[in-house]
Amino acid sequence: MLKVEHLAKTYGEGDRAVQAIGDLTFEVNEKEFVCIVGPSGCGKTTLLKCMSGLLAPTGGEVRLHGELVDGPPEQMALVFQEYSRSLFPWMTIRQNVAFPLRRKRLDKGAAAKLVEEAVESVGLSGSVDRYPWELSGGMQQRVAIARALAYQPEILLMDEPFASVDAQTRADLEDLVLDLRGKYGVTIVFVTHDIDESVYLGDRIVVLTPAPTHVQEICEVGLPEPRDQVDTKELPEFARLRAHVYRSIKRRQSAAEEAVNA
Amino acid sequence: MSERRQRWLGVGLEVTVPLLALVLWGLLSAGSDTYYFPPLTDILSTFADTWLFERVGSDVVPSLERMGLGFAIAVVIAVTAGLLLGMSRRARIAAAPIVEFLRAIPPPALLPFAILVIGVGSSMKVFIIAFVCIWPILLNTIDGVRGIDPTLDDTTRVYGISSRDRIWRVMLPAATPQIFAGMRTSLSLALILMVISEMVASTNGIGYFVLQSQRTFAIPEMWSGILLLGILGYVLNGGFTLIERRLLRWHRGARASALG
Repeated sequence: MLKVEHLAKTYGEGDRAVQAIGDLTFEVNEKEFVCIVGPSGCGKTTLLKCMSGLLAPTGGEVRLHGELVDGPPEQMALVFQEYSRSLFPWMTIRQNVAFPLRRKRLDKGAAAKLVEEAVESVGLSGSVDRYPWELSGGMQQRVAIARALAYQPEILLMDEPFASVDAQTRADLEDLVLDLRGKYGVTIVFVTHDIDESVYLGDRIVVLTPAPTHVQEICEVGLPEPRDQVDTKELPEFARLRAHVYRSIKRRQSAAEEAVNA
Repeated sequence: MSERRQRWLGVGLEVTVPLLALVLWGLLSAGSDTYYFPPLTDILSTFADTWLFERVGSDVVPSLERMGLGFAIAVVIAVTAGLLLGMSRRARIAAAPIVEFLRAIPPPALLPFAILVIGVGSSMKVFIIAFVCIWPILLNTIDGVRGIDPTLDDTTRVYGISSRDRIWRVMLPAATPQIFAGMRTSLSLALILMVISEMVASTNGIGYFVLQSQRTFAIPEMWSGILLLGILGYVLNGGFTLIERRLLRWHRGARASALG
């Protein structure tokens, strides 16, 4: 469905050029949940911006259903890490969720219904007429998720969406995303630096190297569904995968450090 | 101290201090036989005779009309131009020298030109007021549009928000805090330029009245005009603050929550 082929991104030119992404190739299949995990500073956000068409790559290409992505495609939604900065503070929750629907030119009733359902599915029906800044961080991120779902994308990109909420809220939001994925039948690409999170959520994990980023390896996650915060994380397979991904990242990182020190 | 009590104390001080100042002025000027500083009681009774409400229609209304119209024209032009210049770096670079030059002209220096070209009527005054009020609003609007959060901008792009919605529903609201800061500066400029333009060539208006009173040695009348201008400035600013508070409630809320 979504193909990333030999993607490369270099910032700046000449001597001051910084190569953020070296050469990335991977594929995301229909209805799949793919986690992208890598050490901090490995160009995860750059990758996501290139995949969403917000940033033009300097090499390679991204194709969605075979079509070249050269601007944000209509079938795609993106949830940012900085929820407080991606919601419009002058709009209520309802207005925030409804705003992207203007593009779809739905009649009023249909749009209102989509908003209603999305807000209800993230458990915020009671707060529709409040403003984002009146809500906690976790609730604000729920609004951002509701906005993405109401938009009915085929593919949802999430950029470290739970990196700045507390652990308990984070677990709740992880389960919410898994739940909604089934309900809305959406393909998800989830970027994170948290290995546990990537193993818990993903069908497959794309492990990245430090910058200039390459694909270190792609792991299949064979954990049973539905996932559960306690049961799943108790499984030996979970521990094995977690250790595997951890070593995979560490190995490359120490190799990179040795190269710098040599 | 409870918040409520603190609030009442604030309001109390805001009322008491000016009253005390008036009383002090009254006491110091009582029985004054200095020609230029008549007793406050004389000024106040002249004030009542003049402004309640004999000259309201003939002087106050024309003055306020000029000021309001000039200010409104400035807001429309400055916000529109500010949005355009804020969005385009090239347009900003091209416009910068002209904006800086026009802004640097001391406004009263334009009066002779305006009188010559537009005449001595109300339109000349409206022109001068609008011309002066444009700059603070324009520069603030540009800053507001440029300062829009990159994440917010990415969000509008991802969701394919149309350029029309992007301008009216994202950029304009995002820039309102700065636009209002500019408008506040311009509002006091509007009052100043209203008085000056009415002093140079006019047959009515509060500025005209003050100067005319001074020329005919009607000193209490002159003082009553100055007093009225002070009160007008205070009331206008107060009204402006009220509107700002209502419209920018989200801004204060968002800032308070960001500071945590």
